[in-house]
Parts: sequence; C-alpha cells; structure tokens
Amino acid sequence: MSSAPWLRSAKVQRVVYPLIVGLIVIAGWQALVVGFDLPPYLVPSPLMMMKTLIADWPALGSALMVTVRITLLAFAAATVLGVLISFLFVQSKAIETALFPYAVLLQVTPIVAVAPLIIIWVKNPTASLVICAALVALFPIIANTTLGLRSIDPDLQSYFRLNGATRWQQLLRLRIPSALPYFFGGLRISSGLALIGAVVAEFVAGTGGSGAGLAYQILQSGFQLNIPRMFAALLLISLTGVALFAAMAWLSKWALGSWHSSETSHE
Amino acid sequence: MTPGMAEASVSTIASGEMPAIEVLSAEKTYPDGTRALLPVNLSVAKGEFVTLLGPSGCGKTTLLKMIAGLLPPSDGRLLLWRKPVAQRAGSTKPNASQMAFVFQQPTLMPWASVETNVRLPLDLAHVPRVEADARVAEALALVGLSRFGKALPRALSGGMQMRVSIARGLVTQPQVLLMDEPFGALDEITRHKLDADLLALWREKGLTIVFVTHSIHEAVFLSTRVVMMAARPGRVVEEFRISEPYPRSAEFMVSPQFSRCAKTLQDSLLRASQDSDEGSTA
Repeated sequence: MSSAPWLRSAKVQRVVYPLIVGLIVIAGWQALVVGFDLPPYLVPSPLMMMKTLIADWPALGSALMVTVRITLLAFAAATVLGVLISFLFVQSKAIETALFPYAVLLQVTPIVAVAPLIIIWVKNPTASLVICAALVALFPIIANTTLGLRSIDPDLQSYFRLNGATRWQQLLRLRIPSALPYFFGGLRISSGLALIGAVVAEFVAGTGGSGAGLAYQILQSGFQLNIPRMFAALLLISLTGVALFAAMAWLSKWALGSWHSSETSHE
Repeated sequence: MTPGMAEASVSTIASGEMPAIEVLSAEKTYPDGTRALLPVNLSVAKGEFVTLLGPSGCGKTTLLKMIAGLLPPSDGRLLLWRKPVAQRAGSTKPNASQMAFVFQQPTLMPWASVETNVRLPLDLAHVPRVEADARVAEALALVGLSRFGKALPRALSGGMQMRVSIARGLVTQPQVLLMDEPFGALDEITRHKLDADLLALWREKGLTIVFVTHSIHEAVFLSTRVVMMAARPGRVVEEFRISEPYPRSAEFMVSPQFSRCAKTLQDSLLRASQDSDEGSTA
C-alpha cells in the first residue's frame, strides 16, 4: 500500500498518527462497553461520557474554571518566584550553595503531606490552594533557569569582558538570552506540575460549595457512584494539561523558533 | 642562510617603529604547578604581522590571552603602547578601541542578527545608534557581508560566520588585532580566501596583528615574523623573519621561496618537538 503524498509531511503526520490511535482506542472502548454490556457505574462508554459532559456542563464548567484559575495563578506565582530565586542563585556561588538544598527539600517533600498544614494556616481557600500548587511547580523553574543563566559560551563571556561590559549589560545581553531555552523548558514542565498541584491540593482540601474545582467534582461523583461524571471531569483535567503544554510549546517556539536549535533542527 | 628568511637573534626589531606590544618575561604557572608557559620576551612593532606557531599545548593561546588581558601572567609584565595591559577580568576600563580579539570559534550571539552582533562592542560602549550603524555597515562591507546584515548567524556558513566575527573586531577601529586560530575550523579553500582577505585588510588599515596558528603554510603566507613555540613546558624556541614582499599572491604559495620557508619552519618544529619528547621521558 502506497501512502498518499500529503501523508508524507512530518507536520501532517504529527497530527494524523496520534489521531488514528485515539480513534481506534475510543472505538474499541465503545465496542467493548456495548459488546460486553458493561454497566455505566463500572465503565461508561465514551458516548455516555460526552453526554454527561454536556448535561452536567453547568457544574463541570464552573469547576473547570476554578481549577484552571488556581493552576494559572500558581503557575504565574511559581514562574515569578522561580526566576527571582534563580537570579539570586547566580549572583554568588555562596548563596546558591547555602540555599539549593532547601529548594531540593521543597521539591522532594510530597505536597499531599504539606497541604493540610498550608490549608490550616492560610484562611483564604483559593490562596491556600495556589500556594500548594505553586510549591509543586516551583522547582523546575529554579533548576532550569539557574542552569540556563550559568550556561554561557565562555568565549562570548570573555568577549563581553574584553569590551568592558558591566554586570548589568552582561545580564541583559548575554545571560538572559542564553537562559531563555532552558527557561522555556522549565515552563513546559512546570505548567503540568501546577495542574497536578492544584488537583492534589483540592483533593486534600476537599472544599465544597461554590469554589469547588474539578477534583471536588471527582470526589463527589465517587461518593455518588456517578462514574460517567467522574470520567467527564477526568477528561477535562487531561485536556487542560494538554492545552497548557501546547501553549508553552507554542510560546517557546514563538520566542526561540528563529534561532535556537532545539526548536528548528527537526523540521 | 636561506634566502627570503632571516633568523632573528633577538626579539627587538630593526624598524624604528614604536613597539605596539611588549612581553617582558611574562610567564604562566597554574596554582597546581603546571607550567603552561615559560618566561617569554617578545616585542611586536606597529604594523607587524606576527604569527605564534606551534603544536597544541605550546602555550600560544595562553600567550595571546595574556596579551589581551584575559589571563593574568603569574610573573612578568605585558605592555600595550608602552602602558601595562589592563586585566579585564572584572575591570571596567577596557582598551577595546586599541585592541580587538578574534576567537577560534565565531563566538556570535545566536539569537541576534549579524548587524546586532557586529554592533555589540559599540552598544556596550554606548556609541550613539546612528554612528554605530554607519560603522557596522562599513565593517560589514570590509568583510564582504553587506547583504547579510539582517541574517541570523545560523543561516551563514562557517567562513561567513568567521567574517562576521572579524567585522565585529574591526568595528571598534582597533590598532591591534589578536587572532586565536581564527580559521582553524574552516575548509582549506575558505581558509586561503580568508587569509588573503585578512592580509589585504592588514595592509589597508595599517593594523598590527598577532595571529595564532598550527599551520606552517598559513604562517609563511601571512607573517612578517613567525614565533616558533614548543610544548611541555610551553615556551618560545625560535623566531623567523619572513622577508618576502607583499602583496603575497597565490603564486607565492607555489614558489620555491615559500617551500624553503616552510621547510625551515618544519625543521624547527621537528627539533622543538624532539626536545620536548626528551624532556618528558627524562
């Protein structure tokens, strides 16, 4: 079988190949559920999941907005804080040596274990959730940006020194541009972690009422054995993660596309 | 004595010009005791084209970086126009306008256009934009890259990137150009072309050039004087004056004089490396 010419383009393949896999999985899933006559409280069919998503949209939609808001706030906080800490780290080796173990400590301590404390300490529920999620998302930004700020071509740095560049000029014209590819790598990882952090924190907090996010919807549906709704909420979380990742990939390409090899070599 | 070549017994030169660079017993020993360079005495007159030639590990790049002020000597002194070379490690007083450095690699900012790369030393010195742009255009014209100002470095070939690097060196209108194996990574045809263009620039601008290479042919073709260095420990062993007249054309490279000069340097290089081997086995 010879493939059609339009299928040979790598760009088309990147979209079409995963799409084929997705369609096969969904069709198989639907066939299994129908064929074995599985009850919806065990495994709902994809069709049923979509129906629930539409029927329960008022509740699920507002829950989605809550989770997305917490994720984005946490992601923004982690980015700003992470970049500031990185700049602090590269100012002197002593500062980095003194503080880096604590950044690692922050990273390796499971957020589930810390979340109850934060939720008790911080009265505002949104703020406590944002803090939890930001803590999870912080480390990759610090690690990557610090590495980036240090990864300078030594000859280029010599050249700046030869021409009497001030510390400030070196930072603006050399360190920051050199760090950008690493920084965007950190953003990509962190965006996903911010979502995970937000969902985990919601689970721990279990906040009900108007400010409840998707994790709360999953918990609630679990208690009520409303499995189709659980699946629908899960789908929304996954889609949010994919959207965040795609947004970061696009941002990275937009900012670096013209010059950085990681964005151009495999075209 | 071989015609076309005279062995200089001392480093001071006969021409009455003011020395551009003086190296006075400068040496480099690293804290771990590695002797990268034994004391060197060298004087480069204004307008000379001096090549530091030797095998890897002979300290030629070390010497060049000490002249540039990128590496402090562990002992001895280095003078530029009779004034001590400023140590630029953290120094805020550059003599960029007097001296420019061209690295082994093009060492360009990959995120910036050719123009921005060439303008960098002027931007760092806060030269007004209009004047800077005019000088960038002039420097790009000198290296034949006027049409590529807006291009990114990665769009250019290795030879063209090296030309950008040279344009960036020339844009500050330096009197002294220090070049660390600038064409070592290029193919031979491109290298010959850049060598010839460099000689033309040197004559046109009245530059003083110190050029590091491990190619005997490049050294003979370019230099007024060759400083032969040897490794383990790095040191200067001999100096040769190449008194062939300029302009030197492609025909010079196939002339008997050229072969004789190359042979003399080759023998000297062999002697120097034999000395090193004996030294290391002893």
